[in-house]
Amino acid sequence: MGPLVPDVIGNELNFVVALFIGIAFGFILEQAGFSSSKKLVGLFYGYDFTVLRVFFTAGVTAMIGVIVLGHFGLLDVSLIYINPTFLWSALIGGVIMGLGFVIGGFCPGTSVCAAAIGKIDAMVFVAGSFIGVLLFAEGYPLLEGLYKAESWGNVRIFETLGMSQALFAFMLTVVAVGAFWAVTMVEAKVNGKPNPEFANSRPLYTGITAAAILIGLSAFVLPDRKEDIANLLNDENVISSYSPKFITSDELAFRIIDNDETIQIFDFRTFNEFSTLNLPKSTNIQLSSLFEKDTQNKLSLKDQKNVFIAGDEVTARRAAFAAEELGYSDVYILKGGMESFKKAYLAAQPEKTESLDTNRFRIQAASLIPDIIKENMAKKGTQVKKQSKRVLGGC
Amino acid sequence: MTEKKYMNPYLAGFFLGLTLLATIYITGRGLGASGAVKSTVIAGVEIAAAEHTSEATFYKEYKAEHPDGALKNWLVFEVIGVIIGAFISGLISNRLKFSLEHSPKITNRVRLAGALTGGLLFGFGAQLGRGCTSGAALSGMAVLSTGGLITMMAIFGGAYAFAYFFRKLWI
Repeated sequence: MGPLVPDVIGNELNFVVALFIGIAFGFILEQAGFSSSKKLVGLFYGYDFTVLRVFFTAGVTAMIGVIVLGHFGLLDVSLIYINPTFLWSALIGGVIMGLGFVIGGFCPGTSVCAAAIGKIDAMVFVAGSFIGVLLFAEGYPLLEGLYKAESWGNVRIFETLGMSQALFAFMLTVVAVGAFWAVTMVEAKVNGKPNPEFANSRPLYTGITAAAILIGLSAFVLPDRKEDIANLLNDENVISSYSPKFITSDELAFRIIDNDETIQIFDFRTFNEFSTLNLPKSTNIQLSSLFEKDTQNKLSLKDQKNVFIAGDEVTARRAAFAAEELGYSDVYILKGGMESFKKAYLAAQPEKTESLDTNRFRIQAASLIPDIIKENMAKKGTQVKKQSKRVLGGC
Repeated sequence: MTEKKYMNPYLAGFFLGLTLLATIYITGRGLGASGAVKSTVIAGVEIAAAEHTSEATFYKEYKAEHPDGALKNWLVFEVIGVIIGAFISGLISNRLKFSLEHSPKITNRVRLAGALTGGLLFGFGAQLGRGCTSGAALSGMAVLSTGGLITMMAIFGGAYAFAYFFRKLWI
């Protein structure tokens, strides 16, 4: 599950990745014609809309890609960098950049590209941008107020607008395709003739347009994997007809005493309940954590039996169902929930069963388990919980 | 040898989108450019005036976020890649030559003054707006960041608003 950094690809190797991604980025920008300032600013005078075509196509492609990867659980979107929103600095900074664009004819990425193939104006633009950054750094005490004003956090546009992600994505795709069509008209008018590259390929472009709209639509129609599973979880019939694998309190107790390294316990009780009493090798998680990368990494550990426990059996059953839907089959739930474990091993008198052997085991084990738990909890208290953080990014 | 034609913009956009998507999938972050300029400036100031960087807020805040040093930065490596990639592309398409472009109505000197001013404004604006066309607008659009999309509209809206006054530079 992505992002691959830092678990699969280490932080050092990430710099090598950066170099190769940069090579692809620079190559594509140059091939698209972004090394020419006249081509870039054509967007603002109506004679060449290459920038809009490339930019919108790339943005929509990546946007749909992120949605699809998140949709199928291949990318943990809660870990990727979402540019934070600071309203005033975004607006004012953006307008200043716009002014810089029409005067300078480049933006930072394209200027580097153009400088690499020998454009002298681009080299001067890069030099100018160094001075601009320096001015900002030196003027920071005066600008800090504006820079940090109206902080909205890492919000996403569909949340701000109060609509579904799919609806926004669909609308943006339609706007992009509409813009492609409109700018081709404008271009033909400004230049007095249709762009030869697009004049004779109507059917091809109609096809591409249709495909783009279809892909956009698919993001709209397909429900989110998480939502999908959440819906199933709310369906009583589905949950009651699901037959999970069980582990009994007695087997669990035996494995705890045996210090069995092949099991790991996921405890779905509330944080308070967990803090008061928890079993060795157990982690406190919520049902929603099953969709996160940290939990999935743990669940997919080889040679580890995953034991789900909750206050009652029903909660554990729902969690196990969700885990199996996500593709983790080595999941066992504690029969009778934590309550029956407590009755058997943590009560003043172990609860009696029909089997004499079990009763004998329970009496022995009940003298050991409370101490094991106490010892383990004292040790756990000093451990720091490792958790993945959102990636830091941005310029 | 004549210059080769540019790539079809939709195809280039599709490849660029895939590159951005791969970046997000692998690293969890988007593409960028102005951040590398920032790192280089900070590294430069650190050499030229080390005392100053330990006092001024801007450098201190940056140092707190980047304890490994300014140049050991993802975007610095990425931009080195951009230079290599663009050079290779220029090489295979016969576009490597020293030149500059502008409207016939202005001189080279005016064009260079414009490039310097434009670069300065863009560098400054990208700091204030927390990213440029790549880091804020394009990558922000891919992850549907509200701030990224606001910056994107401000960049292009601003450019259209000012375009009329600077038309002589280009047409």
